[in-house]
Amino acid sequence: MDSAPRYWNSYAAGLLLGVLLFLAFALTSNGLGASGGLQRLTTFATDLVAPAHVDETPYLAKMAGSGRNALDNYLVIELAGVLLGGFLSGLYHRRLGAETYRGPGVRPRQRWFWAFLGGALMGFGARLARGCTSGQALSGGAVLSAGSWAFMLSVFAGGYGVAWFARRLWTGGPHVSA
Amino acid sequence: MFPLDLALLIGKAGSTLVLLLIGTAFGWVLESAGFGDSRRLAGQFYFKDLAVLRVMFTAIVSAMLLIFWATALGWLSYEDVWVNPTYWWPGIVGGLVMGVGFILGGYCPGTSLVSLATFKFDGLFFVLGALVGITVFGETADGIAGFANSGSAGRLTLPELAGVDAGWVALAVVLMALGMFWGANRLKDWSTGEAEPRTRLAVAGPWLLLAAAAGLVLVGQPDWRERWAGLEQAQAQLRERRVQIQPAELAFLMQNPTINLQVLDVRGEADYNLFHLRGAVRLEATGLERLVHSGLPEGAVLVLTGNGEERAMEVWRELQARRVPNVYLLEGGLNAWLARYGDNLQARPGAGADEARWILPVALGERWPAAWPNPHHAARPEFESKVKLTGGGKKSGGCG
Repeated sequence: MDSAPRYWNSYAAGLLLGVLLFLAFALTSNGLGASGGLQRLTTFATDLVAPAHVDETPYLAKMAGSGRNALDNYLVIELAGVLLGGFLSGLYHRRLGAETYRGPGVRPRQRWFWAFLGGALMGFGARLARGCTSGQALSGGAVLSAGSWAFMLSVFAGGYGVAWFARRLWTGGPHVSA
Repeated sequence: MFPLDLALLIGKAGSTLVLLLIGTAFGWVLESAGFGDSRRLAGQFYFKDLAVLRVMFTAIVSAMLLIFWATALGWLSYEDVWVNPTYWWPGIVGGLVMGVGFILGGYCPGTSLVSLATFKFDGLFFVLGALVGITVFGETADGIAGFANSGSAGRLTLPELAGVDAGWVALAVVLMALGMFWGANRLKDWSTGEAEPRTRLAVAGPWLLLAAAAGLVLVGQPDWRERWAGLEQAQAQLRERRVQIQPAELAFLMQNPTINLQVLDVRGEADYNLFHLRGAVRLEATGLERLVHSGLPEGAVLVLTGNGEERAMEVWRELQARRVPNVYLLEGGLNAWLARYGDNLQARPGAGADEARWILPVALGERWPAAWPNPHHAARPEFESKVKLTGGGKKSGGCG
């Protein structure tokens, strides 16, 4: 509870995010995204280590095949912006600091393991679904893409479906309120 | 008219700066909303913290209302905005996998970046995991391409799916979001054992959103004729006859195997049965809606054929308003075509400009020799070449 006033009101933050999303569409014809930029990073790294392999894999070759630079894409710039913006906001609000956010009763190393595993599932799922929470749910949701709404409902269904089984990871202690 | 073409307006460096600013603002808002903290995010799924639901659906609803008000007023072209294409099955399965990943990992890709940017270890490990998951997908993508492309429905929107104006869908989304806020608030009060005080925003907000959505229903989205009125470039193309191709050019295209040609016959069934070009599809039978959505192969050149030009021009205008690329129409229509390639046909006296001018004694459809002029007969004649292939709309977007 002590940290509650430090975060913005959720509805106000949502309104600002909505205005930003609208501006993104009006200025660039695209919404906001995060996982596509990460895909570019991994493809770039793969291309450094095994360029021949990238050329032979059609999915990767589209991004980095034969002299193409995987990082030459607007999603990568946006990704850099997200990191910068997150850092600046953390700096401004004095939230920078090495720490592990975890549920009560979870040791940091356990939390790292689950974070890594959850991240891997997220990364795979996001590419399969052609977008993450930002690129599909938020952006596609706002422009009323039918597939994006089906995707969004699936994310919540998947989350609530396993939440009970994973409750030891998160519940039982203090929480921050909206 | 929005969206802007930034690269054209301010160059690559300028558009890079704008994108960087948008990304930075995105990261700032996510961090300020507390989305760099996995406990807050996961709290949504235990009704301890509703920030995820509140931020996300307030953002979706407000962006949606702004977007569709802008299109209703003619400031924003919906056809030029990137709408994530629908692939039902990979979207649903990918979403379920992500939901599980969210609970285990505590973040989604965007929020984990913000967490990492504020030096949180769990954010770092999540990002590392995501990079591994993405790499694994990149390696398997071609192997599971069958599934990854299943249930493809193209650019499918909820208003199209429901067959109603976007305003009604917007109103339904607002009602759904408000219902979810209300229900989740009750669950949270029950789960945490205390009632949360309501802010002024939470009292006034719902009424504002409802009013905006109801207004959208009343105003309505522009139909294609209204959108056409704003397409000055396309109007000039039609006026200056840059898209009316001569019969000789169409005959040449028909013989060219490297061109993905689709002839669309805009006439009625009786005319079509009497005579049509080989491979021509009758538009009324396919339906323009279905054609635009799923019937057009990538890079196809469309040529519209009518008796004259009037009806073909009308269809051309609508296809432009729907942003279908590479559409042309036959100059003088099939009347001019038969005048050139038909054999000893009798003219029908008093036929209107858009009615069949020639009398065809039997309904041979595309079995007339003139339906497929012999290349020797049509040995590259003189014509002014007008067909140019362009890329058309945006090819990627969002997280793509």
